[in-house]
Formats: sequence, C-alpha cells, structure tokens
Amino acid sequence: MDMTGEHRISAPREVVWHALNDDAVLRECIPGCSELEKKSDTELSAIVIQKIGPVKAKFAGDVELTNINAPESYTIRGEGSGGVAGFAKGGADVTLEEDGGDTILSYTVHATVGGKLARLGSRLIDSTARKLASQFFDNFQAHLNEARPNAAE
Amino acid sequence: MSEGIGARVARKEDKRFITGKGKYTDDIRMENQAYAAFVRSPHAHAKVAGIDASAAEAMDGVIAVLNGHELTGDGIGNIICGWAITSKDGSPMNMGAWSALATEKVRYVGDAVAVVIAESQALARLAAEAVEVDYKELPAVAFADKALESGAPEIHDNAPGNLIYDWEIGEAAATDAAIAGAAHVTELEVTNNRLSPNPMEPRSAVATFDASEDHYTLYTTSQNPHVARLVLSAFYNVAPEHKLRVIAPDVGGGFGSKIYIYPEEITCLWASMKTGRSVKWTSDRSEAFMTDAHGRDHITTAKMGFDADGKIVGFKVDTVANFGAYMSLFSSAVPTYLYATLLSGQYNISNVHCNVRAVYTNTVPVDAYRGAGRPEACYLIERMMETAARELGMDPGDLRRKNFIQSFPHETPVIMTYDAGDFDGNLDKALAAAKIADFPARKAEAAARGKLRGIGYSCYIEACGIAPSAAVGSLGAGVGLWESAEVRVNPVGTIEILTGSHSHGQGHETTFAQVVAERFGVPIDNVSIVHGDTDKVQFGMGTYGSRSGAVGLSAIVKAMDKVEAKVKKIAAHTLEASEDDIVIEGGEVKVAGTDKAMAWHEVGLAAYTGHNLPDGLEPGLKEGAFYDPVNFTFPAGAYIAEVEVDPDTGVTEVVQFTAADDFGTIINPMIVEGQVHGGVAQGIGQAMLEQVVYDEDGQLITGSYMDYTMPRAADVPFYTIEHNTTVCPNNPLGIKGCGEAGAIGAPPAVINAITDAIGTNDLQMPATPQAVWSALQTVKTPMAAE
Repeated sequence: MDMTGEHRISAPREVVWHALNDDAVLRECIPGCSELEKKSDTELSAIVIQKIGPVKAKFAGDVELTNINAPESYTIRGEGSGGVAGFAKGGADVTLEEDGGDTILSYTVHATVGGKLARLGSRLIDSTARKLASQFFDNFQAHLNEARPNAAE
Repeated sequence: MSEGIGARVARKEDKRFITGKGKYTDDIRMENQAYAAFVRSPHAHAKVAGIDASAAEAMDGVIAVLNGHELTGDGIGNIICGWAITSKDGSPMNMGAWSALATEKVRYVGDAVAVVIAESQALARLAAEAVEVDYKELPAVAFADKALESGAPEIHDNAPGNLIYDWEIGEAAATDAAIAGAAHVTELEVTNNRLSPNPMEPRSAVATFDASEDHYTLYTTSQNPHVARLVLSAFYNVAPEHKLRVIAPDVGGGFGSKIYIYPEEITCLWASMKTGRSVKWTSDRSEAFMTDAHGRDHITTAKMGFDADGKIVGFKVDTVANFGAYMSLFSSAVPTYLYATLLSGQYNISNVHCNVRAVYTNTVPVDAYRGAGRPEACYLIERMMETAARELGMDPGDLRRKNFIQSFPHETPVIMTYDAGDFDGNLDKALAAAKIADFPARKAEAAARGKLRGIGYSCYIEACGIAPSAAVGSLGAGVGLWESAEVRVNPVGTIEILTGSHSHGQGHETTFAQVVAERFGVPIDNVSIVHGDTDKVQFGMGTYGSRSGAVGLSAIVKAMDKVEAKVKKIAAHTLEASEDDIVIEGGEVKVAGTDKAMAWHEVGLAAYTGHNLPDGLEPGLKEGAFYDPVNFTFPAGAYIAEVEVDPDTGVTEVVQFTAADDFGTIINPMIVEGQVHGGVAQGIGQAMLEQVVYDEDGQLITGSYMDYTMPRAADVPFYTIEHNTTVCPNNPLGIKGCGEAGAIGAPPAVINAITDAIGTNDLQMPATPQAVWSALQTVKTPMAAE
C-alpha cells in the first residue's frame, strides 16, 4: 500500500513536533491504541486493536524513529503482528512545514500486509488507512485545541 | 428400452442430494472424535526458527500440538509427484522435498508447520492461533517469469534457478525452418490465468487408528480413494495397504482438486495414531483458497506460419508453467503430456514444436484443474487461428476448414493418434445453430443500442480416457491408468456394480445403471453402483480426465461379457438348448425363435442354488474385469460465442453461446448437457471473471469470494447444445467423454468474441470490465472517419 497525504494543523510547528513526540498524546490520538510505551527517544512499542474488513485483530508492534531533523522531518518505521490475522510493516516519511501560525504536515507511507489481512482485507486496506489517518489528525487537532484553547479561534 | 443407453433418465442420486441426505465426509461422526486445526504460515517464504506451543498446550481441551519434526521423526515420507518428466538434456526433474508439516522452511502462505488436536473444532482453531512460530522471513517470488530471472530467491536447494524441468516435444529445427519459409507468420503472447477450483464441498478428512488391529480408516474427499491408499502406503509410510481403508463417500465436486493427496489427510492419519483419537479436519472456504491445488498459470509465446494458401506450415510454442511451492501429485504431466501433445488441435500440421519450463514459486501448488493442460492448448491454438484469420483477411471458419484433419486415424507431430472425428460436421452444426447468417443484423441492432457485438469461434479437441498403461508408463507415469469393475448378480436378480471410477457429481449411479439395464434388461432401480471404498472395490484408478465412461464403463462392459457368457451357459443347460441360441431380451433369457425362456432372476437363483448347473460350472454369478484402454479418446467440437460490450464501461455480456460437441456414444443426454453447461460456465468464469492474485511478496490477495469472482447465473446465457456423434472405435461403447469439454472449448470462443467486438487482440484473461475498457482505449478510432 502506498499513501500520501497532507494535513493542515492549526498550531505552530514546534507545538506539533512536541505533541508528535509525546507518548501520552499519541496514545490518546491513535485510533484503537490501548497501550503505547516509549522505550527510548526513538523507539516505541504499542498495542492497537483494529478491524479491517472482516479481520479484527490486536496488533502488537514496534516503531522506530529515524532521520530525525527536529522540528522539520523524520521517518517512522514499524512492524506489527496481529497473530493469526497476519502482519503489517512499513514506513512513513513525515515533514512539517510552517504556514503562518499553522503547520502543514505531509506524509508518504509505504506499507505491506500479510496473512489473513492480505487475503481478506487487501481491497479495504487503502480506504481503512485513509480513514484511520483522518481520525488520527482529527483527534490530534482536538487535542491541540484542548491544550491551547486560544489557538483554535 | 426407456432406461437404456440414450435415455434421458432423471438422476437416481439427486433424491438424496436435493433433500439434504447426501452423506459427505464432514457428516461422518466417529466415537471419540477430536478435531484438527493447522498452524499455517502467514509468510510466503521463511525459515522456521522455532515453534512455541506452550500456550496452546495449556488450554483446556487441547489434546496435542504436533509438528513436522515429530512427523518426519515417525518416518512419515515426503509428498511426491507421481509422473517423472525428463528434461531435454536428459536430466531428471528437480523435485524438492515436501513434508506434510514443514520443518526447516515454509514456502507459501498457508504452508502448515504444526497441527493442533482438540476436543472441538472451535477450540482447535483457537489453540492454533495461540501457537507462536518464530519465522525468519526470506525474499519471496510469486510469478513464474520472475522466478526464472537470475538472482530470484531460490525455493528448493535442488532446483537451481527454480527450474523443475526444461522439456520439449516435436522437431525444433524443422519447425523453425517451416516458419522461416512461411508466407505469413502470426505471433501471439498469452497468459493462462491462475484459477482456484472451488468445488462446492470443501476438503475434509476423518482418520481413525485402531490400535488393536494396527489398522487405519480414512474418510476423505477424494476422486480416487485407491490411489490415495496406494500413495499413503507406498510413499508416505502411513500404513501398508491391507492395514489402511480409504473411503470417499459422497463428494461434492472435485474438478481435479480432489485427485491429490494433501498434507492434511496424511497428518490426520498420523495424528490419530499419536493421540489414540479419531481426528477430523474440514477446510473452511478461506483455507481452501489458500491450500487447494490451483489450476493453469501459464505464460506462452507462440508463432504459427502459413503458406500463401492459408495452410499451416509450422507451430512453435514456448511456455513457462508456474508449479507453486511444491510438486503436486500429477503437476508435472499437466503442461507436458496433457498440454503439448494437443497442440496440433484439429489441424493437419506437419511441424509442431513446444518447449516447456516448469518453475517453482512461493505460491500454492498448481496441478490439474478441469481440462488439465488441454484448456491451455486449446486457448492458445484457437486464439492463434482467430488472430491469423483476421491478419489474413479470411473468414475464421474458412481458415479452420482449410486446415482441418479430414481422415482418421491421424498421427500428429506431437505423439497423439486421433482415432475418429468430423470437424467440418461439428462446425456446420454450430454455425447453423448459431444462425450465423443473421449475425450482421444482430450486430447492427446491438450498435443501435450503443453496444459492440462480437463473435468468436473455438474448435477444440482434447484427449480423454486417460490412458493406455504401457504408453503412459513409457512417458514417466508412476501408475497404470486402467480401470477395474465387478458385476455381482444376486440370487434375486438384482445387480451390484463395483467400480473403481468415483462419482463426485457426474451421476454414475444413473448412467452406469443405464448401461447395465441396456445389456440385461433389468430396471435401473434394480442396479446399484458401489464405489469409493477400498474395502468394497478391489482396486480402481478413480475419476479425472473424463475417463469414467471411456475407461470405467469399458471395464464394466468386460465384466458383463463374462456374466453374460455364464448366464447363457446356465440358461442353455436349463432350457436344453445350445448356448449360441440364447439371447437376453426384455428381462428374459430366451432360446431365440422359441417360447422357451427363463426370467432373469430365475437364472440368478439357479446360479446360487447350484442345484442344476452344467458339469464343471462353479456356482454363483459374479465376474470381475480390468480394462486397459488402447488409446486416448478424442472428444472434439465447435463452440461459438457472441458477446456485447458496453464501450463506456467495458461491461461485457455473453449473449449467445452455441456448443456442437462430438462425445461419441451418449448414455444420458440430460447428464451430458449438464456437464456441458457446467464446463462452459467454468470456461466463461475463466475467460471473464476468475483470477487468483498474489502480490509480489507472495501474499494471496484473493482469499475469499469478496475478491475471487465465480460465475453466477446472471453471468451465463442460455446455451444452445448440439451433438455431432462419431463413435469412438477403441472402446466397447464408443464413448469419448464429456466432463471437461466445456471448460476447454469456451475460453477462446469468449475471448475471440470480445476481441472481435472491441477491435483489438491485446487482451488477456480474465476479461474484466476494467481490462476490456482499457483495451478499448488503445483502439479509439475517430467515429467520423468511418
């Protein structure tokens, strides 16, 4: 699966960057995330429950951050196993660009899935990924709005 | 005789099938039955670094978790391919090891590494999910052409470059020279899409080990239970044949996919011994997509040369066949002796050469599927003929007629000897039934509705009745392909026919009884057909390759000959007449030209009481026979498809389909028509709908009916079916076989019709709306110019 996207976030770049590196924020904003633990500054482990088409599974995964160029860009690499539901692995290049008081976040994702997820859910992966991305950014914006009520005006 | 040969008798077996009373393997319930679930690889290619079954074993109700090391440790042998093909350089084929449960490496998504035996199916499946396997992923390759590229991941150590064999048939130099000197050469590249067989009943097995007798019983969804027993005994070392009973009860369709012995049956037998429990496994549909042997998957380039008069001078073919991750039971024979030997088609061609490379990939094993090799050959030849006709500006029927074989027997350059046929007659019947003269009017009427109407022909020939044992033995087959039968006449005159053929939808209980009724004048209700049980039937080679009629029934006829001879002896003795004057007619055994007669059952009773038999004649009335065919049989026909394409969407409808078949003698026209209907439906499915898709990492993408499209009622037209019979001279009933013809003949007819409609030949199967629409975009011609 390949996916690119761009989201305007109503917050300054520094704020966005810090929030993206805050495990509590990520846990709250990632759809279906039940656990997220920061193992180091660049390593996270997470448990996410997701339903893709007919396949519902608990994915346990590890995420690594590389190419860190704070607060402008980084690369996320991850691998998650959903047991008998299959596995997913891939990466995303993320860049943050200032636009007035806002931040434009753009990303390029390449991911592969295997097992039951591929067999039964392939056609639904793209649309599900887009839906999850948009949920994440809605949650993320909401979180930033709560944290800095003035910024939402 | 209303129930004999040629009668449209309703199928005897349908009463139980349509009232839900069929007894299938999954209906078998043994005492003390446990359930198996397999732990399968989600990776296409990986090393198995470790298996942690502790969580599964700790679950309440889990009886055992067993792995491949234990299986091979107990001496269970590797799964084999039973037909040895020799490469053109004289080297044997490179068969990689296939253990029923993988030990070191998994080679396709679905490859089993362990089995869980538990008290319920649900629990077994749950526990299988709890088994943790440590896979070390390896690069994978799913496509046959990619697997041959240098640097491709290698799947078996003993198959360098993933090459299983590089085989040829025919004269290469003579064919090249003929094509070089041709007035016109047509070239074509075709793929034959990969298919999932999808029988209605998924595979299933129930295995029981009886420790007190060291005896195994296996109920299984098999097209050939005796072959299963033979292979399980001789190669997989499960048990010697006399300690293993294999029963294939009602089986709900096979299409080839139930010929083979799969890892699951072997594992269930072994697990039953290990656990002391009956072990049942039934595939679910998703598991079937992932583990049932797939069909076809060829990539072919070909050239056909014509002289100035339109006569074919040479046909050169190069094919790459995808075998998947392991060599299934008859896989090696499919793209060789079942494919390349039919490349002469219905045509008189002096020079044919075909090269076939068989390759491993990280996909499900590929083997015979309805038609097995012949659909691949027919698709290539018949697209070639239609393409050439267009290039030469000839009528496609005329070009075919110019090249049809006219006299028989005819020896082709690819080792077949066609025994009988009437190819012009088939085409005449098809053209008349298709109302070919009115096609231009139909096309114009469709154009007025904004539709593109096209017509396509296919003149197929295939080889059935597989096969003379000595011939196939000389070509590498590990078994003989005869058939056996036993005819038991009971003291009350009822008859039991024990046959090595197996019915899994073909209607043998009816057609076989019709042949007996014709011969002995008994009602078909007094005849029962016994099959599918190695304890009841002495031996049999089973049903595939449309062989039940041509081979299985021939064995029954041979046994009936012996019964008839004995009946005549008894009747002659009782009626005080000469044996030569005895005739069997209308349920009586008579002295010809007199009123002296015995009722059929009176002869049976006389045979079993033994009170008054000729001197030296044994009591009883039971005879057996083995029949070994002397040649293949050659069903042939002409199919004509008409389609309408919506140019805006690419949506294509088969609006008319005409089949004129020559099947030799027809026993039950209704059943034969049913076989043609089903075969053509599967052919239309292949042409327009069905496609197994792997991604480049070897992940199976089409794992359910959400993504794999089977033909439905709305996808097929009402068929017009004609017969043009020439009797097969080589078996006693003159039968050729009809089970696969539709699936063989239909795909090129449909694709030829679509390419005719859209005006480009650049189209591969399946011709989905997207494929048809995309092809149309390449030929958009300005309408104003017309």
